[in-house]
Amino acid sequence: MSTTAEATTAVKAAAPKAPAAPQDEITLIANKWKNKRGSLIMALHDLQSRVGYVPRESAMKLGRQMDVPLARIYEVVTFYNYFKLEAPGKYVISVCLGTACHIKGSAELLSGLEKELKIKEGQSTPDKEYHLQAVRCLGCCGLAPLVSVNGKVYAKLKTNESRYVIERIQIDKPMAVADAEDLAE
Amino acid sequence: MKPEELEVRAAAEVAKQQAFDVRLFTCSSRGCQSSEALGVIAGLKAELKAKQLDAKVQVNGSGCMGLCSKGPLLRMCSKTQKDILFSEIKPEMAATIVEQAVVPVLAGKKIEKPGGDLEEHTLDLNDPFFTMQEFVVLENNGKIDPEKLDDYIARDGYKALRKALGMSAEDICKEMLASGLRGRGGAGFPTGMKWDLTRKVQSEVKYVICNGDEGDPGAFMDGSVLEGDPHAVIEGMLIAARAMKATHGVFYIRAEYPLAVERVEKALRQARAAGLVGKNVMDSGWAFDFEMRLGAGAFVCGEETALIASIEGKRGTPRPRPPFPAVKGLWDQPSCINNVETLANVPNILLRGAKWFASRGTEKSKGTKLFALTGKSKNNGLVEVPMGMTLRDVIEKIGGGTDSGLKIKAIQTGGPSGGMIPEHQFDTPVSYESLQQLGSMMGSGGMIVIDEHDSVVELAQFYLDFCVDESCGKCAPCRIGGTQMLHLLNKIVEGKGTAKDIRTIRKVAKAMQKASLCALGQTAPNPTLSAIRHFEHEFTERLLPVATTKA
Repeated sequence: MSTTAEATTAVKAAAPKAPAAPQDEITLIANKWKNKRGSLIMALHDLQSRVGYVPRESAMKLGRQMDVPLARIYEVVTFYNYFKLEAPGKYVISVCLGTACHIKGSAELLSGLEKELKIKEGQSTPDKEYHLQAVRCLGCCGLAPLVSVNGKVYAKLKTNESRYVIERIQIDKPMAVADAEDLAE
Repeated sequence: MKPEELEVRAAAEVAKQQAFDVRLFTCSSRGCQSSEALGVIAGLKAELKAKQLDAKVQVNGSGCMGLCSKGPLLRMCSKTQKDILFSEIKPEMAATIVEQAVVPVLAGKKIEKPGGDLEEHTLDLNDPFFTMQEFVVLENNGKIDPEKLDDYIARDGYKALRKALGMSAEDICKEMLASGLRGRGGAGFPTGMKWDLTRKVQSEVKYVICNGDEGDPGAFMDGSVLEGDPHAVIEGMLIAARAMKATHGVFYIRAEYPLAVERVEKALRQARAAGLVGKNVMDSGWAFDFEMRLGAGAFVCGEETALIASIEGKRGTPRPRPPFPAVKGLWDQPSCINNVETLANVPNILLRGAKWFASRGTEKSKGTKLFALTGKSKNNGLVEVPMGMTLRDVIEKIGGGTDSGLKIKAIQTGGPSGGMIPEHQFDTPVSYESLQQLGSMMGSGGMIVIDEHDSVVELAQFYLDFCVDESCGKCAPCRIGGTQMLHLLNKIVEGKGTAKDIRTIRKVAKAMQKASLCALGQTAPNPTLSAIRHFEHEFTERLLPVATTKA
């Protein structure tokens, strides 16, 4: 069985084209959580942090190993905003739409990004390079308006700085660090 | 850890700290980290090492020091003079800070304001932003590194727990009741009463749950406390557990707060290693430990019963109460869910006494309250004020008004459950009752400042849109009522609304308030209703001309 680090690197290199996490990844996740009551959401967090979303095949395998019906898994992933059912682009651009950001013009920032990337909120670019989504308040309200890209925050933006955000992404290349151990013990 | 070891460990840490002539604290909360605070810390460490000053100068991370709009903040503490607080520090400035601030202080010079390149980066600590606040929950921020247990112990950490271990559960509840502490999540239910009700329920298994689901957009108080002083919350929960004879603890933290999760988990590992959490808490024979659960982007999971459903791995839909969680909660066992800020207040109350806590505030609202003062406020960030301070003092003196020169039109408190308070009401004191009388509520602490260019109608629409999106869909009044209200509000925003639409909004709002299953639906109409109450002209001036509408 490959180590978590190897598995994570392999998954990252393959994403977002990989349809499902390798079997042993699912086993790792299932083994970690199946004996803890009510841990489905935590297991799904682990899965999404490694693959970027919740693939159907992985959900099925996870369900079998954790003895949770697929319907129950889908009840959960369709309810909670956090979980994605489709592979997102490489750079997930999250525009905070919290109140402070809203007052400071985040809606303009969002539509500016939609124009720059030629996609609508909730979509990925055809080359799967970028995914654009609106998110709930990230809790950095003193620095509004802001955008988070794979966890890296670009704050105190001006409402016409959508192009600047894209340029910074291409320079910084922020990648999400998928370390499931951090999520919980 | 044996109880007597606390003093030993505290003394050892204080001695260690005294060995440094200068201690630097850089805010390492999420907001400041996004402005390269970690780069500042690394830069300072490298610079001090290069100059061989690292034995004399300690570099620490810190919790939120409040003035987020000017972050990252850096506090320089030294034995020989008053603290200096620097703002908007960049990693490239590390050498300048060492040269122009640290080195002179080490050489015995007294500097109030370093000139040169640091002049415009030095904050005036006599500014009302600092002098008018009262730090109780935030008293450790800027003074401890949240990732060091010993920093917390050196400042009387875990002494309250030690005291609680020698008290009866009933007495702890009495003390909490006498303090007048009320739930800081927004509902304001007396904490002592909640604990006492849960204490009285006999059960082999009982849960204490920390509600870290701070879902109100525009609020980040709880996140800041979890990131900046996690041990205060852990200690508060341990005391709560003793008060209620609870057997297990659960942290429920929203997924959007990964740093808070990381800090709490690290603090728990440290506490376990030190024998403050786990099989034998402070050598008392009592066993207590915590589990971590994450949210997943659902605002409704801030509601108690929905939160419980979420911990149980289900969709976060509320259920009717009674039975209340105190009787039948997590896994059908008696449970008590408390807000982060509420819990962070507990150690101070137990250590310094209920009377000390109750000496601040109004008759029915005791203590202090954290607010996230944002929007068009000049000073944007996290503040802590005593209950009873007027809104005007908070907004104009602490907040500094606006930086645009535009007039402040109103503030919005209580998030999506709250309401707008117009400028002419700003002489109202901050308290649960007074804010409710104005048609708003304390809420969790979000305080958004809007100016004359902001539209109250569109802000109401923003909040209602949020509630409709976040509605779990279980009950008709919220699911259908919210949608209908939003449809009408959209019409008004687009200039197609009528006076009848406003009347219908009021009717639908009433139905939602009376019949929704949980507080999300019950309070979703609040921002709209309070906007109509205080700013009716902004609505009526957008309506279709009268000739085309029926009376």
